[in-house]
Parts: sequence; structure tokens; C-alpha cells
Amino acid sequence: MTAHSTIQAAKATAAAPPPEMMTGAQMVVRALVDQGVTDLFGYPGGAVLPIYDALFHEPRLRHVLARHEQGATHAAEGYARSTGKPGVVVVTSGPGATNAVTGIVDALMDSIPLIVITGQVPTHLIGTDAFQECDTVGITRSCTKHNYLVKDVADLPHVLHEAFAIATTGRPGPVVIDIPKDVQFASAPYVGPAQARAIHVYRPGVEGDGALIAAAARLIAGARRPLFYTGGGVINAGPAASAALRRLAALTGAPVTSTLMGLGAFAADDPAWLGMVGMHGTYEANNAMHDCDVMIAVGARFDDRVTGRLNAFSPGSKKIHIDIDPSSIGKIVPIDVGIVGDAAKVLEALIAACQSLVLDRSRLAPWWKAIDAWRARDCLRYRPSASIIKPQYAIQRLYELTKGRDVYITTEVGQHQMWAAQFYRFQEPNRWMTSGGLGTMGYGLPAAVGVQIAHPGSLVIDIAGDASVQMTMQEMSTAIQYDLPIKIFILNNEWMGMVRQWQQLLHGERYSHSYSASMPDFVKLAQAYGAVGLRAERPDELDDKIEEMIDTPLPVIFDCRVERAENCFPMIPSGKAHNEMILGEEAGDVGAAIGAAGRGLV
Amino acid sequence: MTVQGAPASAYDMGHAVEAEAVATFAVLVDNEPGVLHRVVGLFAARGYNIESLTVAETDAAAHTSRITIVTRGTPHVLAQIEAQLQKLVSTRHVQNVTKDPNGAERELALVKVRGAGAKRVEALRLAEIFRAKVIDTTTASFIFEITGAPAKIDKFVGLMRPLGLVEVSRTGVLSIERGVETL
Repeated sequence: MTAHSTIQAAKATAAAPPPEMMTGAQMVVRALVDQGVTDLFGYPGGAVLPIYDALFHEPRLRHVLARHEQGATHAAEGYARSTGKPGVVVVTSGPGATNAVTGIVDALMDSIPLIVITGQVPTHLIGTDAFQECDTVGITRSCTKHNYLVKDVADLPHVLHEAFAIATTGRPGPVVIDIPKDVQFASAPYVGPAQARAIHVYRPGVEGDGALIAAAARLIAGARRPLFYTGGGVINAGPAASAALRRLAALTGAPVTSTLMGLGAFAADDPAWLGMVGMHGTYEANNAMHDCDVMIAVGARFDDRVTGRLNAFSPGSKKIHIDIDPSSIGKIVPIDVGIVGDAAKVLEALIAACQSLVLDRSRLAPWWKAIDAWRARDCLRYRPSASIIKPQYAIQRLYELTKGRDVYITTEVGQHQMWAAQFYRFQEPNRWMTSGGLGTMGYGLPAAVGVQIAHPGSLVIDIAGDASVQMTMQEMSTAIQYDLPIKIFILNNEWMGMVRQWQQLLHGERYSHSYSASMPDFVKLAQAYGAVGLRAERPDELDDKIEEMIDTPLPVIFDCRVERAENCFPMIPSGKAHNEMILGEEAGDVGAAIGAAGRGLV
Repeated sequence: MTVQGAPASAYDMGHAVEAEAVATFAVLVDNEPGVLHRVVGLFAARGYNIESLTVAETDAAAHTSRITIVTRGTPHVLAQIEAQLQKLVSTRHVQNVTKDPNGAERELALVKVRGAGAKRVEALRLAEIFRAKVIDTTTASFIFEITGAPAKIDKFVGLMRPLGLVEVSRTGVLSIERGVETL
């Protein structure tokens, strides 16, 4: 060692501050700050009181008190989905953790990055059936991307920082950190994100393989009927992925369809947009999926709601699948070119590869002619009414009256969700928050709370159903407490609409327990919470009421009384192929259109 | 197209024609609490079979355990099993060692045989042929320890059956690659 380097080394040692001793609870709070967290959602209880005590002393973190742990997780999902940042949840042991499970599974299914910190009984009580004890890591092992039980406070900072890396990189997902109460009280040196040691070997691949990208580009260049089938992975890969998708679509001249989770990645007003694909997708999108010769799947996972009958799924196409998760490629459908990588990076590489090839756009003319013929069917057409508000009309008016504003839409699950996906036209990513994979009724209201926390000046609307919204209605109280002017736009038909639709179409019109014979007065309910209640019962008053809702600076529950027996079309019945859709005007044939095997499917 | 003759589930339609095969996976995992549950839970949750399973820490310094799983499935299912195992954060490496002609597979079994007279003599004679060791004996019983490929153990157990076989305990399959390469 030279004298110079000796001095430098001595200086470096002297400059490094001594590690800061702190309690486990303080580490949690400090790690959140060091990870750039500004907001978290939670509910206190005995086993997390030390963390709540540390939060009390930390002005850089805003804690949002939910009214149920499920609400906290959905709020964190809405926050994450609308910002691209991880959502953070803190709940107590036992029922706190079990109540959070629905939101954790929802986040796993839709690849939403969540950090869920759960309190646990002290280590010496684990396994004794202690008060509010449950096996949180056991319960959440199959519904998290990864989870930890931290038994030594010295491990805690490393676990916390690794959890953020795991939740937010690769295919995002929820990570649970279970921290016994004695570990929260115990002290050890804190370690920052830069110094934290990796506990696991975790290196998700993000760069696509060059040879495969070149092969994909050649397939695209040779296609006569190409189609982009994009999913939530494009949203997860950030705005750069959406921008790249738009450039690649323009470059190739190919049409674009999307899953429910991918809406907004491609602009709905672009002429190349075909609308959503799948069970309630458009006629043009589903027929294009069936007839295309090259399918470019990006960040989509060939869900059964998208594919319909698998052995009739897009039979004539070569399939390119770009996904960050290697296990997604070939999981459901055989793939010709599977590219593992980040959607933004792979799409950029694909643009570069396509630019070096000759793309003859005129070859696609017959394809566009076929698409125009499908579009001419006007598959979303419904029978208008002058006396009753049609649910489709309500969404159309909501879209027209909020268009051009800084607006975020969340939904619950059911008919209203599908109508929102069909009739609300999304131009940008991260504007659409819905429970796709798990299909969680009750997601939308708390998700709207999370979105509004992240975007205080924006218009946040939960397009809801009367049944779903009652599952997490108590989160209105959260909205009031934090001055979150969310708008709950309920398509109220007094039925569990999608259940009713399936009972009508598949179960001989036997409406078993799908009618809510007792409905709260939603206007009075809003008032009881301290929010504003509005009601629209006739089409001619709808616009004024929607305007009133938008202009109200408080949370609003909007009771939109709609046609009670309306069905959601188009529909691919379970067990049918994409080109066997039922359209609205053919609804009379619906009973005969579904085979015996289809009735057995979900 | 109609749904007549279609299978009853939407989820298994694509790969129904493929034949099933037995496969052995060697999985190197971080040795931490719950790691075996992650692997076993993955198999249970996705409906994969486990025909045998062995696990033990193999490198204390690196905190790694090696899990060997024998399973059965179509080529598509086996590819999914490999990808899903690889996806676990606790997994360091996965290898389908069945595909590998260099793979060596061994299993150990303890076999208890009860009997007397000619059958007892015959059991001992067969054990010698199979190079099974006698690790316990009474006047009415033997316990044999036998090591070998699973098929060899199957064969030995089959031969012992008419000679008074009363109990078998098997470790499940262990595997390792021949030559200089490592997992």
C-alpha cells in the first residue's frame, strides 16, 4: 500500500459515520423514508404499536388510516398502479394480517408492487396460539412474491431493503414482512439501502435476447395480418413502455388490442385501436385475435378471460410473447418466439430491429379492410331509452363530461367494470385501476382513496356497482378524514348484475340470491359519512348531475339508477372461440348459443 | 365450431394430447425457514405430482440446501414446473436432471423381512446378490440396507415380497451430474 492510499483509506474510515443504533420499529420507519416512501396505508393494533410509535415521530411519512385492512391493501394498490411506486401497508398480527390477504392476492394476480408489514406476537409466543396470533408467513406464502418472518433485529434493515427490490423489479408483486413485537423493540445498527446485503440471489433479466428480437422483427416484417395484444405488463414497465408501444404500432401499421389490465397503454382515440379483447371485448378485437397471422403479445398472460376456448384460440398465428416473467411464456399457449425482458427495453429494441427491415404497409390493406368490416358491426351498440338510464349511456356521458380532464378511474368488479372498460376511453397509462386477475368486488372505493392520496388535485372516480361498493363502503370514512374528494359513481340496478346475467343465460333464469332486496339510500348514506349524495333517475337529468358531481369539492356518492335487466355484450360464452361471440342485438339467441360444456366453466 | 366433445375445463385444453413422463429436478435453494413449504406448496397449488422428495443442507457456508424432486407430467407441465421453481425468490438454481444422460440417480432403502427356514435363507442370498447390507437381525427378521438406482430398489423390494417383506422405508431419489460440471 502506498502512503497516499494509506491516507485515503484512513480518511475513508474516518469519514464513514458509525452505524446508527435504533430499534426495529425505528428501522422500519427509516427504511421507508430511505426507500422514498411518502405515504402508507394501515391500521394499528397490539402487535404493531412500536411501529406506530415510531411513525408518530416521523413527519416525512403520511399514514392513511383505513377502516379495514382489506381497504388499506386496495388503497395501496391504487396508489401503486397510478404512480408506478410501490404501495406500503402496515397492519397488525392475526386478524390484521388475515384481513389484508385479499388485497395481497389481488396484488399478486395483477402484478402490483406492495410492501406489507405485519406485526407478529413476540418470538417466544410464536406457536403458542397467543392472542391475535396467526401463521402470517404460512398463510401468505402462496399469495406473495416473497415473504419474511424476521426473528433477529440485525437482519431487519437488510430484509426491508431487499423487500423493496423484490416487490418493484422483475414481475412486480406483494412482499410481506412479518415482524414480531419483541424484534420491533430490540435494537441493532441500522443499514441504509446502499450498504444493505442481499439475502437472496435475485436477478431478474430485463434485456431481451438480441437474436430472438431479430427473429420477432422478421416475423412482424413478413406479416400480412399482424396484431398487438398488450397487457398490464406494459403499464408496469412504465410510461416509456407505452410510448415505445405507440411508436412500434405506428411503425408497423398493425392494429392494437389490449387486456383489461392494459387499457391506456395505447390511446383509445388512435385509429389503430381495436378496443379490449376477451370475454367482453369488441367484435373487431376478438375477430382480429382469431384471424391474425402474427400476434405480438406484450406483458399479457393469455388469461382464460382473454383466450376463450384454447384449442380454437388464434389458430393460424405465429405468436411472439414478450414478458418479464419466464414462466408466463408458453404457460397457456405455445409460443413461437418468447422474449424474456422488460417491455420498454424489448419494445425499444424491436423498434430498432424493425427499422432496419423493409416494412411494406400496403400489404396490410386487406387486413384493415377486414377490420373495418368487423368495426361496421358496431358491436357495442345498445338500445337507447328516453325514460330509463342505460348503464352504457351513463358511462358514455361520464366519459364525455370528464374527457380532457386530469382523471383517474377505478372500478369494482362486475357488469359496471366491463361497461367502463368498453365505454370509457383511456388515452394514457396509469389512469385505470381495476381488479383484473382476482376480480375483487370492493376494490374500487379503497383504490380510489389510494389514487387520490397520490394525486390530490386530480378527478378520481370509482365506477361502481351497488353490490360491490357495499363490500368496502366503510372506506368513505377514510375519504372524509383525509379530505379526499373521490367520486363513487354507482350504476345501481339493485342486482349483482353479472351474477344475474349468468343466471339468465346459463341457469334457466333462476335468479338464486342475486337480488339485493334491501338497498341503503345511497344519498343519505353519503350524508351520514359527511359526503355529498346525488341521484339520477332519468336520462335527461344525468348530464347536470354528473356536472354537479365533478364540481363538488367533497367526496360524492352518485346513485345512478340504471336499467335493471341490462346485459353486458358482446360476450364470448365460456367454452366458445373468439369468432363465436354473442352481440347485443342477437341476445334472443343467447340461451341456445351456450353449450352444455360451457355451462360448467366459470 | 361447437363445444361438443370439448373437455370440461377451459384450463387444460391446449396440451391434452401430450404423453406424461417422469422427471427428476435438482433444486438448489437458500436454506431458510419455510423454503421446503414454498416448493411443496407450489406443487400442491398448481396440481403437480410429487413422486419423491429429498432435501438436506448441502453447503452450510453458503446456506444452501439441495432438493431433489421426482415428478410426472407432460413436457409442457414439466417446463412449467421448471419455470415456476426458478421463479421462487429462494431458488438459486433448477435443473431437470432427467434430460441429462450424464445424471446419476441413487436411492437408499431400509427393508424389513420377517420369516424363517428356507425363505429366510433365500432372502439373505438375494440380499448378497443385490449388495444389500444386513444392519439388524433377530432370529425371525432382517433389516437390509440397499442403495442403488430406484429401479434396482423396486426390483429388490419385489423379490422380498414373497419372502416375508413387512416394511420398507426409502429416502427418495438423489441425483448428481457425472463429470466435472456442477449444478
